[in-house]
Amino acid sequence: MTSSTRQNSLALVVLLLLLGVTVAMAYLDIGVWHTPAAMLIAVAKAVLILLLFMNLRRERGVILLAAATGFFWLAIMISLTLSDYLTRG
Amino acid sequence: MSEAVAAHQFEEASQQREAVTLGMWIFLATEVLVFGALFLGYVVYRIQYPAAFAAGSNETVLWAGSLNTAILLLSSFLVAIAVHLTESNAKTSVPLLLGSAAALGVVFLGVKAYEYAHEIHEGFFPGPGFHFPGPEQQGVEMFFVLYFTLTALHALHVLIGVALLGGYGLAWFLARSRRRLAPSIDLTGLYWHFVDIVWVFLFPLFYLIGRHHP
Repeated sequence: MTSSTRQNSLALVVLLLLLGVTVAMAYLDIGVWHTPAAMLIAVAKAVLILLLFMNLRRERGVILLAAATGFFWLAIMISLTLSDYLTRG
Repeated sequence: MSEAVAAHQFEEASQQREAVTLGMWIFLATEVLVFGALFLGYVVYRIQYPAAFAAGSNETVLWAGSLNTAILLLSSFLVAIAVHLTESNAKTSVPLLLGSAAALGVVFLGVKAYEYAHEIHEGFFPGPGFHFPGPEQQGVEMFFVLYFTLTALHALHVLIGVALLGGYGLAWFLARSRRRLAPSIDLTGLYWHFVDIVWVFLFPLFYLIGRHHP
């Protein structure tokens, strides 16, 4: 098995484990922490997919920049919109 | 050893590869915005109707959503292996992996269709026929507006991905010069992984809130 296949296999196992964790956590009594926990796990999965399956680890600067830009714009859109909604009287 | 030939405007194949990859990532950035705008809608309405969203999330079919998440993760894995194998020019393993990934995509769509049928039958489809047991009608209907819109848009992307994966798998098998297809398969893989990432975020937002009942 090549190192790439081994890496991808490990990524899949971790991703499926995280899926199990996130489903199980939905039934725990953790109150307000449900959403942050679920989102944290989702971000972890996305990072795994981005770095390993999508090979971002091996790409050079300009491609990393393009990848980061999309999520950066999303962050701007969400934070600016929420700065309105969350500060309404 | 490399058969890769660059199109005339590029100096070498690696430059072409980097250019097309950059183009694909820029496209994916625009896709992040498309889905992102709908996610933003979800965030705003969830803040307004927290109890309704929890109630709605309890009615989605959890086993189906979980199964679909596992299906997409597995198919992404198969595509990643296939993309790696395009470098070795293997004739049958690449189409087999791409075809299997595409088949998993079809299964995903089948599970989704079952879910939609169930939800429509229960009266959860927004519109004049909408009916939800409980006090939070308006908020729950908004939850399902977002649910159907986001998952349908995502399912459309899955369908396109299935066609691309299947098409390139077939093309690879039939091609006289297979290595030329490697960059295209790489880019299709990026698209498919992106579709997987979108679902990874959709799943907790629509299936996992409000599941704990004290």
